[in-house]
Amino acid sequence: MLNNSLDNKEFERNLFLRRMTVSLFIVISMFLILIARLAYLQIVEHEKHQAVSDKNRLEVLPIAPIRGLIYDRNGELLADNLPSHTLSVVVERTPDVDELITRLRELIELTDDQIERFYGRLKQYRRPYDPIPLKVKLSEEEIAMLAANRIFLQGAQVEAELIRQYPFGEAFAHVLGYVGRINEQELQELDVGSYAGIRFIGKQGVERRYENVLLGKAGYQRVETNARGRIIKVLEKVAPQPGANLHLQLDRALQQKAYDLLEGKRGAIVAIEPKTGAILALVSRPSFDPNLYVTGFPVALYNQLRDSSDKPFLNRAIRGQYPPASTIKPFIALGGVDGGFVTWNTTMYDNGIFQLPTDDRIYRDWKRGGHGKVNLTDAIEESVDTFFYDLAYKMTLEPIHEVLDKFGFGKNTAWDVYNPAVGINPSRQWKKDRHGFSWYAGDTVNLGIGQGYMLATPLQIATATAVLANKGRWMTPKLLLYSNDQELMDIPDKAQPDIQLNNEANWDAIHHAMSEVLYGRHGTARRAALGASYRFVGKTGTAQVAEIKRNANGEALGDVPDRLKDHALFIAFAPMENPTIALTVVVEHGGGGSSVAAPIARAVLDEYLLREPADAE
Amino acid sequence: MLSDFVRHAPDGALSNRKNIWQRIHIDPYLLLGLVALTGYGLFVLYSASGADWGAVYRQGARFLVGYLTLFIVAQFDPRHFQQWSGAAYIIGVVLLSAVLIIGTGAKGAQRWLSIPGLFRFQPSEIMKLAVPVIMAWYIARYSVPPRFKHILGSVILLAIPCMLILDQPDLGTSMLIAASGIFVIFLAGLSWQVIGSACVLAIGALPAMWIFVLREYQKQRVLTFLNPESDPLGAGWNIIQSKTAIGSGGIYGKGYLLGTQSQLDFLPESHTDFIIAVLSEELGFIGVMVLLSIYAIIVVRGILISIRGRDNFCRLLAGSLSLTFFIYIFVNIGMVSGLLPVVGVPLPLVSYGGTSIVTLMASFGILMSISTHERG
Repeated sequence: MLNNSLDNKEFERNLFLRRMTVSLFIVISMFLILIARLAYLQIVEHEKHQAVSDKNRLEVLPIAPIRGLIYDRNGELLADNLPSHTLSVVVERTPDVDELITRLRELIELTDDQIERFYGRLKQYRRPYDPIPLKVKLSEEEIAMLAANRIFLQGAQVEAELIRQYPFGEAFAHVLGYVGRINEQELQELDVGSYAGIRFIGKQGVERRYENVLLGKAGYQRVETNARGRIIKVLEKVAPQPGANLHLQLDRALQQKAYDLLEGKRGAIVAIEPKTGAILALVSRPSFDPNLYVTGFPVALYNQLRDSSDKPFLNRAIRGQYPPASTIKPFIALGGVDGGFVTWNTTMYDNGIFQLPTDDRIYRDWKRGGHGKVNLTDAIEESVDTFFYDLAYKMTLEPIHEVLDKFGFGKNTAWDVYNPAVGINPSRQWKKDRHGFSWYAGDTVNLGIGQGYMLATPLQIATATAVLANKGRWMTPKLLLYSNDQELMDIPDKAQPDIQLNNEANWDAIHHAMSEVLYGRHGTARRAALGASYRFVGKTGTAQVAEIKRNANGEALGDVPDRLKDHALFIAFAPMENPTIALTVVVEHGGGGSSVAAPIARAVLDEYLLREPADAE
Repeated sequence: MLSDFVRHAPDGALSNRKNIWQRIHIDPYLLLGLVALTGYGLFVLYSASGADWGAVYRQGARFLVGYLTLFIVAQFDPRHFQQWSGAAYIIGVVLLSAVLIIGTGAKGAQRWLSIPGLFRFQPSEIMKLAVPVIMAWYIARYSVPPRFKHILGSVILLAIPCMLILDQPDLGTSMLIAASGIFVIFLAGLSWQVIGSACVLAIGALPAMWIFVLREYQKQRVLTFLNPESDPLGAGWNIIQSKTAIGSGGIYGKGYLLGTQSQLDFLPESHTDFIIAVLSEELGFIGVMVLLSIYAIIVVRGILISIRGRDNFCRLLAGSLSLTFFIYIFVNIGMVSGLLPVVGVPLPLVSYGGTSIVTLMASFGILMSISTHERG
């Protein structure tokens, strides 16, 4: 077959050689292409790829700080952090959210409520890759079940986190406030850096007021992750700084007692230590369980509470604005007597009605037929309306406004109460601005018994009572007792200047008059002081909500619908000689101040003054 | 130039006397290159497999089998290959057809033929050797340059296994086998006019290829190659991550076992098809240049053996095997570095993997046989 001549062989050899030469050139140029490509990637574009590679593997993960704890004045823990396992879903890592939810429902119990809330959050704006909580406080079995099925639950994760716990629940809900998940609006407003890794934010009360210090400072760790996001190595770690702990002035036992005393009622109790301004108790009832805000409020319950006419979300102690009614009388009396509009010996005959010389309108006393001949002390003891109609008329608005202003009405004097209402200490200008009418003499007359335009919060009334107990020396009403954050301790001594009377003896005289409320023969709250081992002073108040028919003692005749019943008020401080507590009790639609509010005040005082020292701890 | 180089090649000194190498039918230069390559390959594999000694041992065992095969194959005179090629080709075609019917596979392709409990192998591996041998034999039978009818005959010979393999589907292997056959025809002296027309025809046929030949996943690979960023977490992931791995290696690399892309699993297939990315990342541009140098030594040595081949058959076969080996390298590195679409071609003798090592070593055995067997 192969019969090649020598020439032919040489030709074939040369042909192959030529072809191979061409091939070799192609091979060499292709080698060069590869080298050029590698050089381009590794030398020219090196920086770019290095950056991508670092970004690939390095991740900065925030570490949430521990929220500061809140204690009462005796070191009882009011707000704690408890470990909890939370099931959440990172939507970006989930191929099919609906399917995942279906699977999770097969594994663990999930209520419709939780699902609904989850989808609600899903629709809101949030940070990308932020886990959306589905269920908090997983049980051990649930954790095990989820762990066993982890590979089928892409995007679902179980994380241990510290969640807020309020051991005393409802009694402290209003004053402490609560934390809740950061919502859409808050997310847009807050500084993203300082909230890195943090899911909860203080929404109300102390939690809100001291949010910036309770929060702490987030730490972070730079970690190397693999392609599936699992942490392989921690390269750098900056520990988070826990939030500042707060020790509050609140007295846990007193607060609890006050809360219990308001059972079945709508009302508020505020107790203040006069010398220091320490807020010992700040109670509003009805209340709600703040822990539900942390774990997620069941929608139906939330709607029910929100729509309830009892308004459990309203903090009546600082947001409830009431006519102070007769509790205002000691302050006006003090203004009147020290301003020379009346003396302690001035008497008048009360026949139960008062009329302005210019007007036909009749201003009635709460007691039909009146109290007869009374002086200023009697007028306080028996809460004689006509005496104060007359006094207010004589004083005119300005001196009244001034004395009320000195006692802190119409403004906020408290240091660290979140979002208080300021009430109304009316003035001519205020009425003009607010209602467009001039101030009438009749308005002043009504103001004399704490009705009409005047409104005050229980906190304001309690503060004024404390200043009265202090004989005019001001302090700063405050919730904070102590914190390890020194900057917080920079609280001014006085919220406003002390009250200087022309005659200092008027302080003792007014205290005496107020003690007659409890110990006098005709004292309106005589029953409340029966058997008290300490001497205390007080003043009743019954704020009219509507015109209703009354008997000779001012008590309502017949059945009155609850919402038309009077508000019952009582202010008090004790012990009389060296007051350690001043308080205000307001019971909405409770009826008479003497019959409803005064006994509650007595019980609070007993709790605070008579309890065994051991109870206080 | 090249012809002068060949004439004065140092091999002359070797071939003058029958030395020990010739007696055992081993080409020492080629062997040196292969030993360097397999050694370097194991070194890289240790890191690429995540410091898994098991993988290194298994690969080392394959290399041993490969060297043994090489040694045995090299003992045969080249004419034996000629004699066996027909039978091997026919068996190969039968097995390839069998694969399509009873084959087992992975990732949507049927490539394997298994005898349960014994072994499994890819019949396409037989064709990697059978095709160049039978093509070289077929063309060398007639005159060189080949006449048109012989070209036509050789094309048919080539097309049958290529189509069967393409049907598995295995585009990469099919292309490599087609290349090995085309090299034979090219080296045999196919006229430039025919080459030119064939190229024009091929380019013209591309749209038809796209529609009728390429499978959906293959089209996806091409599209991904053209624009990997279009699907960065899906199909484009591999190529983006491998480019990042190579680029981030820089000149000196991140250090052995310290490649973050590969060690942290960002790089897929890091110990098989994409192993060059591990090497590039950890040992840098310099490390890749070392590898390319070893490859260059092997390829150039293969080309020299082909030029010194004793007859047309030996020349064509050795030339085709050498160039095909280079195409392996080019396609693999080109695809990992983003120059070519991902077609699933391993980096020869470095990527972790089964039968292809034995096949490659057998082909080097053929080269050694050609290199060490004198006429007669």
